[in-house]
Amino acid sequence: MALTISILTGSNVSIYQQIVDQVCAAIVAGKVAPDEPLPSVRALAEELLINPNTVGRAYGELVREGILESRPGRGMFMSKRRQIYTRAERTRRIDQAVTSLVSQAFMLGFSAEEIVEEVAKKTTELAASADKSPNGGGLS
Amino acid sequence: MSGVIETRALTRYFGNRKAVDGLTMTVPRGSVFAFLGRNGSGKTTTIRMLLGLTEPTRGSSRVLGYDSQALPPDARARIGYMSESHTLYNWLTVRQCGEYQSRFYPRWNDRIFQAVVGHFRLHPSAKAGQLSRGERAGLSLAITLAPEPELLILDDPALGLDPVARRSLLESMIYVTRGADRTIFFSSHLLEDVERVADYLAILDRSVLRACCPIETFRSHVKQFLLRYGGNATPPAQLPSLPGLLHVRRSRAELRLTIAGANEQTQRLLRTLGADAVEETPVGFNDALVGYLGDRGEQGFFLEDTTALEMAGNKS
Repeated sequence: MALTISILTGSNVSIYQQIVDQVCAAIVAGKVAPDEPLPSVRALAEELLINPNTVGRAYGELVREGILESRPGRGMFMSKRRQIYTRAERTRRIDQAVTSLVSQAFMLGFSAEEIVEEVAKKTTELAASADKSPNGGGLS
Repeated sequence: MSGVIETRALTRYFGNRKAVDGLTMTVPRGSVFAFLGRNGSGKTTTIRMLLGLTEPTRGSSRVLGYDSQALPPDARARIGYMSESHTLYNWLTVRQCGEYQSRFYPRWNDRIFQAVVGHFRLHPSAKAGQLSRGERAGLSLAITLAPEPELLILDDPALGLDPVARRSLLESMIYVTRGADRTIFFSSHLLEDVERVADYLAILDRSVLRACCPIETFRSHVKQFLLRYGGNATPPAQLPSLPGLLHVRRSRAELRLTIAGANEQTQRLLRTLGADAVEETPVGFNDALVGYLGDRGEQGFFLEDTTALEMAGNKS
């Protein structure tokens, strides 16, 4: 049930983005308890052996996105209110994500039916794990 | 705000050969700044000029607010410099090296010296002359870090280190950033390490500065495009002039272009090349950098600190 982040160098995804993605994924999967602080910038940087500014910027981005909130003197926590985007922005983001997913899947040679099936499977899986999580919900 | 290091048109010739050509850059305070480039691109010469060890042919540099050619001793004491060659007194033991060096610094922190020596598993009574390359680097690093310098200048510190020693080096560098306002300026060829610890980079290519910006800016401005050709169509033999083109890889039915600073206009140009599909594909830090330093890299391109991109003249 703990947040574990692992960094890959030489990847197409920047270290900054890897942290953002993994914190989001951990929250969606219910791996972060609402009352438990995330590791401090310094602690995470030293654990992962990366520049603290990178961790700081990733946390900053997560705060701006409304996924984390900083409680002064106590640290960084997952946000209670996790929906900050307008309808239009949410639509734009999901469109972007779906476009990338579908084009990658086609490139890998999957059929339209197979892609829909995979998406449905993953949706059920994530919804189930979110229900079991202590915070009882995903990002929306 | 002014930088910890500032150079203006810094230039050095060795005879007829240009080692460094018109280098203008700023190293922000508190940054971990990677100074990159292939061997012989002028990195060491630049570092030596910053420290006042080599005189520039033209131009100037300031370090901690002082002209490099006239660094007062108290400013020098705030700079920790580790050279490629790890100059040590071979007849002294590890412990004696520390004791000797500590006399030159009012602010010598022996706990740091011991910690780094321990990290590299050096025996205090081993003679410096009998240490391996990696161990010498460790001792050098301990001596450089112990005075808690405000500015660390490390010339290829990872050269010849084994994986464990490399990890110790990275840990030491991250440890240094605990002190607010500490700046690390280092050259390296190990891009994985650079990706981990650096937040700024400068790229020197054949003595000319080609990029100087935050790592994120660099990453977001270097993109790769995949052009696919179906049926009997093949990629054009001759490409039109594409601003910022760094690297081209062709196969029978594909063209993979690495481009810096691609914009709407680039995308439009790419769509005129007769491909079935033009796709933007993600590019890793290593590929982006190798694109910059490879033989086909375009010379007339410079990536700056701001998000605005400056074309240094038209492609000739």
